[in-house]
Amino acid sequence: MDYQTVLTTCTYCGCGCNFYLEVLDGKVIGTIPCKTSPTNEGKLCIKGWNVHEFVQSPTRLTTPLIRKNGELQEASWDEALDFTAKRLQEIAAENGGESIGFLASAKVTNEENYLFQKFARAGVGSNNVDHCARL
Amino acid sequence: METFTEPAGVWTDSCLQEKPTESAMIEDVKAKVKELLESSAIDGFVGLAERNGHVAPHLFRQPDELELLSLGDREQAGDARYPLNKLLINLACAYPDSTFGVLVRGCDERGLKTLYTWNQLHRDKVVPVGIACPQDLADRCECAQPFPDNPVAGEKAKPHEFGSVDTVEEMNTPERFAYWMQEFEKCIKCYGCRDVCPMCFCKECTLENDELVKTGTIPPENPVFHLTRAVHMAGRCIDCGLCEEACPADIPLRTLYKKVFEIVDEEFDYRTGFTTDRKSPLNIID
Repeated sequence: MDYQTVLTTCTYCGCGCNFYLEVLDGKVIGTIPCKTSPTNEGKLCIKGWNVHEFVQSPTRLTTPLIRKNGELQEASWDEALDFTAKRLQEIAAENGGESIGFLASAKVTNEENYLFQKFARAGVGSNNVDHCARL
Repeated sequence: METFTEPAGVWTDSCLQEKPTESAMIEDVKAKVKELLESSAIDGFVGLAERNGHVAPHLFRQPDELELLSLGDREQAGDARYPLNKLLINLACAYPDSTFGVLVRGCDERGLKTLYTWNQLHRDKVVPVGIACPQDLADRCECAQPFPDNPVAGEKAKPHEFGSVDTVEEMNTPERFAYWMQEFEKCIKCYGCRDVCPMCFCKECTLENDELVKTGTIPPENPVFHLTRAVHMAGRCIDCGLCEEACPADIPLRTLYKKVFEIVDEEFDYRTGFTTDRKSPLNIID
């Protein structure tokens, strides 16, 4: 019998609500909002209340996929990152940095989004940075 | 000119005076749980632990873990309570042969008694370890019985009338309807009231059945959404107030369900959480 309540932060948006994930014998079985969190004070939205459902969802992607010969195939992170970097470099060299758009995420921290736009502007040379809701 | 008011949670002389009682209570509970664990009377104790600066629900398996024990009191008594009976049901489902101890206040024990009648827990597999709530918490909760039958710690406070129900009932019908509609309009339909509820154990929920309550829109179908839940609380709600504490829109759900308690009492002579010799009126229909 191994029962843990693991304090963690919601990944759904940038608010940073805290909750406990109920873990019974290695399986996540429930979400309990943290009463002592100054951010959410024991409250959650509907997405936060259901985090335990997606963590172990069988349809969740656990590895990168690359489309080869018209079909998505599993790939390693090294392979996926190398492929992405190579193609972005090719596109930027051919059409200029402005031809690449960057869609940031509501699910990451401010610092990560800062880094992301910095990479877009200073690294790639594109001002085309927008929010993930434009997807 | 702005006046300075002391922020909540600041140490004052009254805190210093209250502290010994609180710590004495914790020691009494620790001693009781230690005895239960060491004698193997229980396989685990569902309680609260102070970890990482937060109060967390916790399954105590070893006596030395009890150093972390908390009674859920932070800035004021009982402000970090959790639905421990709900956790207990999960554990009991996975380990039906095990016996668990559980930290209970008056409301939690009413919950246990009611859950036994709904066949969600076995009485002989649960050992309640009770604490009595202080008067200020009993008053805030308008609690009908702010203590369990045999508290291990704390002094029994006086019960409190359902004053919030009376206040709403002083309005005339159109006023009262407008009041509740205005409250229900604030709902963001997080289902938090249901999800946190230690008495909500159905596998299928009416609130997710599109034919009974329209799903997929915000605000929810009003007043049907909240009144449906209120009806389903008849013979179940033991007035722990966790729903109202979990509500991001501050809807006075507790007042609504207190009224349901009164109706069930008046119509069926069934006092939810107090009547233990028979099933709840809504449980009989099966």
